[in-house]
Amino acid sequence: MSASCPLVGGCGEPAELLLRDVRVLDPRAGVDGRHDVLVRRGEIAEIAAPASIEPRALARAAARSGDAEIVEGEGRLLLAPGFFDPHVHLRTPGQEHKEDLDSGTRAAAAGGFCGVIAMPNTDPVLDSAPLLRSLRDAAAGQARVPVGFLPAVTRGLEGRQLTEMAELREQGALGFSDDGRPVADAGTLRKALQYQRLCGGVISLHEEDPTLSRGGAMHEGAVSAALGIAGIPAVAESTMVARDAALAGYEGARVHFQHLSVAASVEHVAEAKAHGYRVSAEVCPHHLLLTEEHVRTLDTRMKMYPPLATDADRQALVEGLRSGAIDCLATDHAPHAREEKEVPFEQAPMGSTGLETAFAALHTELVLPGVLALALLIERLSAGAALFALPAPRVAAGEPANLALLDLDAVWVAGEHGWESRSENCCFAGRRLQGRVLMTLAAGAVAYRDRVLTMVGT
Amino acid sequence: MNHLISIEQLQRADIERIVSQAERFAEVSDREIKKVPALRGRMVLNLFYEASTRTRSSFELAAKRLSADVVNFAASGSSVEKGESLKDTVLTLAAHKPDAIVLRTPWAGASELVARWCAAAVVNAGDGKHEHPTQALLDVYTLRRRLGALDGASIWIVGDVAHSRVARSDVLAFQRMGASVTVAGPPTLIPRGIEQLGCEVRYTLDELHGADVVYALRMQRERMSETWVPSLREYAAWYQVNGARLAARQVLMHPGPVNRGVELSGEVVDSPQAVITQQVEAGVVVRMAVLYELLAGAREPRAAAPSPASPPQQDRDGAGEPVLGGQAA
Repeated sequence: MSASCPLVGGCGEPAELLLRDVRVLDPRAGVDGRHDVLVRRGEIAEIAAPASIEPRALARAAARSGDAEIVEGEGRLLLAPGFFDPHVHLRTPGQEHKEDLDSGTRAAAAGGFCGVIAMPNTDPVLDSAPLLRSLRDAAAGQARVPVGFLPAVTRGLEGRQLTEMAELREQGALGFSDDGRPVADAGTLRKALQYQRLCGGVISLHEEDPTLSRGGAMHEGAVSAALGIAGIPAVAESTMVARDAALAGYEGARVHFQHLSVAASVEHVAEAKAHGYRVSAEVCPHHLLLTEEHVRTLDTRMKMYPPLATDADRQALVEGLRSGAIDCLATDHAPHAREEKEVPFEQAPMGSTGLETAFAALHTELVLPGVLALALLIERLSAGAALFALPAPRVAAGEPANLALLDLDAVWVAGEHGWESRSENCCFAGRRLQGRVLMTLAAGAVAYRDRVLTMVGT
Repeated sequence: MNHLISIEQLQRADIERIVSQAERFAEVSDREIKKVPALRGRMVLNLFYEASTRTRSSFELAAKRLSADVVNFAASGSSVEKGESLKDTVLTLAAHKPDAIVLRTPWAGASELVARWCAAAVVNAGDGKHEHPTQALLDVYTLRRRLGALDGASIWIVGDVAHSRVARSDVLAFQRMGASVTVAGPPTLIPRGIEQLGCEVRYTLDELHGADVVYALRMQRERMSETWVPSLREYAAWYQVNGARLAARQVLMHPGPVNRGVELSGEVVDSPQAVITQQVEAGVVVRMAVLYELLAGAREPRAAAPSPASPPQQDRDGAGEPVLGGQAA
């Protein structure tokens, strides 16, 4: 039913690029080997044996377009399908002091992401077609990588009246979410799921029973008991996942569960999938790598919703990602200004930035120790697109160039040279990470280029 | 020691040193002239974001007995009500170069933040439901006077543990001093995971007779509206420490203010077993010892607030013998 192209932005010059002797890894296409990859007019024109494509092929293009470049991979640099993040907060409109369409998508590009989906908890809330139109117009001019939007399920995120979902879909809504809040009322959510039969679009759910989470600022357990901070029990999320999986099954609806954080939620999603319900789920890097123990110092960068849970939960999430119970990664990139986070923990807003560190943190902490295969990580980092009925980024001839060029050996300290994001509230800041994004192509254009990358003119 | 943020940061030797110093200050309190010049010319800033009468006045009295200047800053009626952040308030007040900031806030970890933002020594006078370390120190002091050592003592902390910073600091302090601690109260007010602090958990007072010390917590009336317990009446029926539940040999404590007829019956409050007024008395000398430890002790020189050399221990009354044996921060 969607009339408009769902993604907007990322409108740079079509790339003319020869990637020589790179390791191409695209698990979806079943490719893992050294190749030359030629990008012409923003499209993957040719994938051939290493060092087989002559720079002259590019020179002719350069003569026409005036700009072309060659990257020498030396068999070492990795070329992967560009990553896709189905869950970011770009803070526009209304909170541009935290992030805007330009800075947020620059952060995405720097993290290897060739597309993102922005959440509607802005000010005003993205809950009407005129607002969606103007936001998409703004993104078309400002976004470095294509952006899709999920308007609200309910007006003002208030959980009562549905938004004009059909009109929003006509104007390019990818789906709907009240992210930041749950759709607490089961009857309201059920109506949205029924209405989905008319308008389509994925309903993306932030799962939290507010009567259980009320007043809480961190995971309920040993650490919250020691700190005297009101806890949010694991069941605040998992009971809502169970409830909404049942509703989705009953209505035959398509729902996506955001940022799973506890073991029981993974079980409920796996069970729903076993029943054949049309559900999918995402997990964030911080929930895969950090636990409630990281909250002990009351570092406000460790405050997010859902909160960091136990190590058993963390391991269940890793296992869920491996087994496929969890479909994809999402960063829940949630920028906040410095002065907003420089307050006592209980007063601080929830959220961590994550776009610029996602790959490196997961590569360092899960792939290098052998917990997850590199191919699986690459697949899960780009799997979010297909969940929202978008073409999955692929490294294949004839495809638009949506690519991430990675140096798996590069070691860096997160945040040492600042951030592309306007905000610096990253839970991985200061960590030594291995693996770096050197270049990102999004919708055929170079969206990000690391300074270390040598440009070889033609 | 540069700051007193939590009991968690203290070793048994630290607690013993502060409590012993408080015992020496107690001798001063019994004299006609109760003042010693140990902190003359130093400034102590009381920064209170929550209403407090006894803790604040106890700190004020402690500072004055040490001859320090005291400034009280209450958040109500101040720039805080105009929306100033904690950081901006602290930076503004720090411009007056206080030597110590005594801080009470409703937020866990606030004193640690303040310690990072300014050069003053920070004393946590209660941070949310996290810790209230000077209360625990004065409780240890009171018990030492009553029982001698705490080693092997069984101490029960009864009541609303979930909302009590006193409970958390006491659980840690009593255990550091060799006691075993049990927390007891309605299951809705015992936080999940509290046993990880090393204490036992009970939901009834059936085994209370085994305790050497019974420490009742204040049951706040506002908890009723949030249905933490069905009614004060039912709470009192199950958890009130009264003459029927308290044996003659047991010591009774309470951080105050007491709700007579709720967590304690009137008879036990007024009984000789109760050391509640001794706790209040202890508050001043223990806080004197804490301020003395932080400001006259072996504190690292502070670049931002250069202070004259610590005044020599010249008091006539012997309170100032070399008691702060070279503890590094």
